[in-house]
Amino acid sequence: MTIELSQFFQVFFEESFEGLDVMESGLMSLGPANVDNEIINSIFRAAHSIKGGSATFGFASVAEFTHVLETLLDEIRSETRVMTPEMVDLLLESVDCLRELLEGLQAEVPVDSARADGLRQKFEAILDISADAVVSETGEVEPVAIGWQIKMVGGEDILRTGNEPIRMFTQLSEMGELTITTDFSRLPSFSALTLDSCYLSWQLTLMADGITRADVDEVFEWVVDECEITIEPIMDESVPVAAEQVAAPEASESVQEVAPVGAAECAVPAGLAALQTQKKAEPGSIRVDIDKIDTLINMVGELVITQSMLGQIGADFTFDKVSKLQEGLQDLERNVQVLHESVMQVRMLPISFTFNRFPRMVRDLSRQLNKKIDLVVKGEQTELDKTVMEKIGDPLVHLLRNSLDHGIETPAERVKAGKPETGVVSLNAFHQGGNIIIQINDDGAGLPKEKILAKARKNGIIGPGVVLSDEQINDLIFQPGFSTAEVVSDVSGRGVGMDVVRRNVQELGGHVSVKSIEGVGSTFSISLPLTLAILDGQLVRVGNQVYIFPLVSIVESLSVDMKQVSTVAGACDLLRLREEYIPIIPLYDAFGIEPDSRNLEKSLIVVVESENAKVGLVVDELQAQQQVVIKSLETNYQSVEGISGATILGDGTVSLILDIGGIVIIGQTTAPMQIKAA
Amino acid sequence: MTKILAVDDSASMRQMITFTLKSAGFDVVEACDGVEGVSQARQHKCDLVLSDVNMPNMDGIAMTRELRTLSDYKYTPILMLTTESGLDKKTEGKNAGATGWIVKPFKPDQLLNTIKKVLG
Repeated sequence: MTIELSQFFQVFFEESFEGLDVMESGLMSLGPANVDNEIINSIFRAAHSIKGGSATFGFASVAEFTHVLETLLDEIRSETRVMTPEMVDLLLESVDCLRELLEGLQAEVPVDSARADGLRQKFEAILDISADAVVSETGEVEPVAIGWQIKMVGGEDILRTGNEPIRMFTQLSEMGELTITTDFSRLPSFSALTLDSCYLSWQLTLMADGITRADVDEVFEWVVDECEITIEPIMDESVPVAAEQVAAPEASESVQEVAPVGAAECAVPAGLAALQTQKKAEPGSIRVDIDKIDTLINMVGELVITQSMLGQIGADFTFDKVSKLQEGLQDLERNVQVLHESVMQVRMLPISFTFNRFPRMVRDLSRQLNKKIDLVVKGEQTELDKTVMEKIGDPLVHLLRNSLDHGIETPAERVKAGKPETGVVSLNAFHQGGNIIIQINDDGAGLPKEKILAKARKNGIIGPGVVLSDEQINDLIFQPGFSTAEVVSDVSGRGVGMDVVRRNVQELGGHVSVKSIEGVGSTFSISLPLTLAILDGQLVRVGNQVYIFPLVSIVESLSVDMKQVSTVAGACDLLRLREEYIPIIPLYDAFGIEPDSRNLEKSLIVVVESENAKVGLVVDELQAQQQVVIKSLETNYQSVEGISGATILGDGTVSLILDIGGIVIIGQTTAPMQIKAA
Repeated sequence: MTKILAVDDSASMRQMITFTLKSAGFDVVEACDGVEGVSQARQHKCDLVLSDVNMPNMDGIAMTRELRTLSDYKYTPILMLTTESGLDKKTEGKNAGATGWIVKPFKPDQLLNTIKKVLG
């Protein structure tokens, strides 16, 4: 029977990457004053499992590399060696290297083994073993025996470890002709007899051709320490010496070899560039908590009950059953809603999946930048949709790098400003309404408003006479190509990316904003929808069309008093709402529909907000609020400015979902910049 | 049907062992550490136990010691899955009552051969 090992690879890779995460976070938490044995143990176990798995599944390059790592960890664990900061660094680097190797194997692309080799040499230097210490067993010339004479004096305890001598004899008898003589001389008197002790000895004669000493040894392998075993060959005097050498290779073959070097796996130096381009599409599997599955199954059970109840009502329906029908439908609605929520829960993962890599990044970067920075992580158990999680990683990395590089000052600057030498960057995730908020806060220098303003004027992003609020100035950093960094650093580059960060976040249906006080610090907030698949929507009617506004972006709805509206020549109307002027966009103009009325006083205005900018959208009627399933317009048709998708309503009609961010931009381009009312 | 308890904290190893044993017609019960191993052993009367050594919560050696105190497992073969570097572990395992060991890495065929040897 052959078993295809490749079917287990996926699980092996998954658990190995998890193991690497365990190692990394364990290593990170080891301080000079904090060498916790349990942490060392968990790091060791992870390395041990990766080694065992990779050897079993034939990934020799990984197995060999992990072996030296494991050896060092084992010595630390058994306290024959003391962990030094250098070792922590080396181990961390090895974790990266292993991840690279495993990613290469998973994607089935060759990975340069130079890094692994270099690191292995460092380990070997610490462990004081030479690289070529691995000596393969050369076939020791063994005389050919025609049989074996074996004496076995049973250890008293062997039965208690489940070792039945009869099993060994059966095995021997399968090799050749076996004669057994049993010696009862050690058997005690009946009263002194213990049932599960072994008092017997045996004299065994095995006559068999081509059975080597190793074969016989293997039979007694597990009891050799407890029993007295002597094995003597029975030689055939007539066999000439020359024949012995012929048989020799066989002897070496039967010795189980340590996994050989997998040269083919890592011979071609291709490196990461190839890996990134050839990386296979994510397999798209997800691990789900069993509780979540149970909830789902329960809900399906409820649904079945409701369905059979409704079925009964429908089978012989009379009008006196209307109230029962309504009751059943209410149950159905409730069940579907809970089912919907539970299904969505399946896709939810704690954000720690993304946060986990940051402590390492902060550690490495702060060294590189010669800064002292503590990272505080809060709310890592907050759950987020898997797809959103995968896409938010890069923008978060960028913001964090930015905070480390441009936010936190050097220790000298901090002391001069009267701050503690060590800066604090905190990462926080929490739920707010239907959104998840991720905040990156630093107690650094804050955004330099004057510099930003000067730069924006120079680049022509804002006109010379325009007065901006602090909020608006800070927001300028999200403009394309904007940077104030005087020196380009290789950590976060020169302003490349803040606009990209904003765009990425917007693609996820979220928004990013910044609050900053000069000299005190900055806080970047990313607000994301919990999931990309459903949306709480407000249905609005314009003429004969029904549109959906995302409920989260609605600030308020009001009917208009014309006294609040001022018309700006060449641009749109402005609504004075308390101390703000906001542009009014009649949706019927934007979409070319005939409304019920063009008189603003007879219409409704829905004030929506995106990125701290507000616009008032003119509609005819507000209808129901409901959850809608988002269907992509792009995949089914093409992308349309101001529309983020479509959905199918209860009556079967298709309704478009407005992209409030896009609408606000349309509003801003047709209106002068929002100005605070005097 | 012969029932085998497979204890390993690595999901891929468990999957591989279970698949191999089931293909050979054995009934398999899984556990991911010693604690679960003991509770599975109590629930199912297993004819053979395969266990990893290094595991969280309760390692294979402690589990073996525990199993040997149960009347159902006094003489049941218990095999440790150990790496070639774990020589001390072999002795330690034997002292705890293990029957023998299978050296990692092993191929499915090697696993089956050893098991057949033990089950006779």
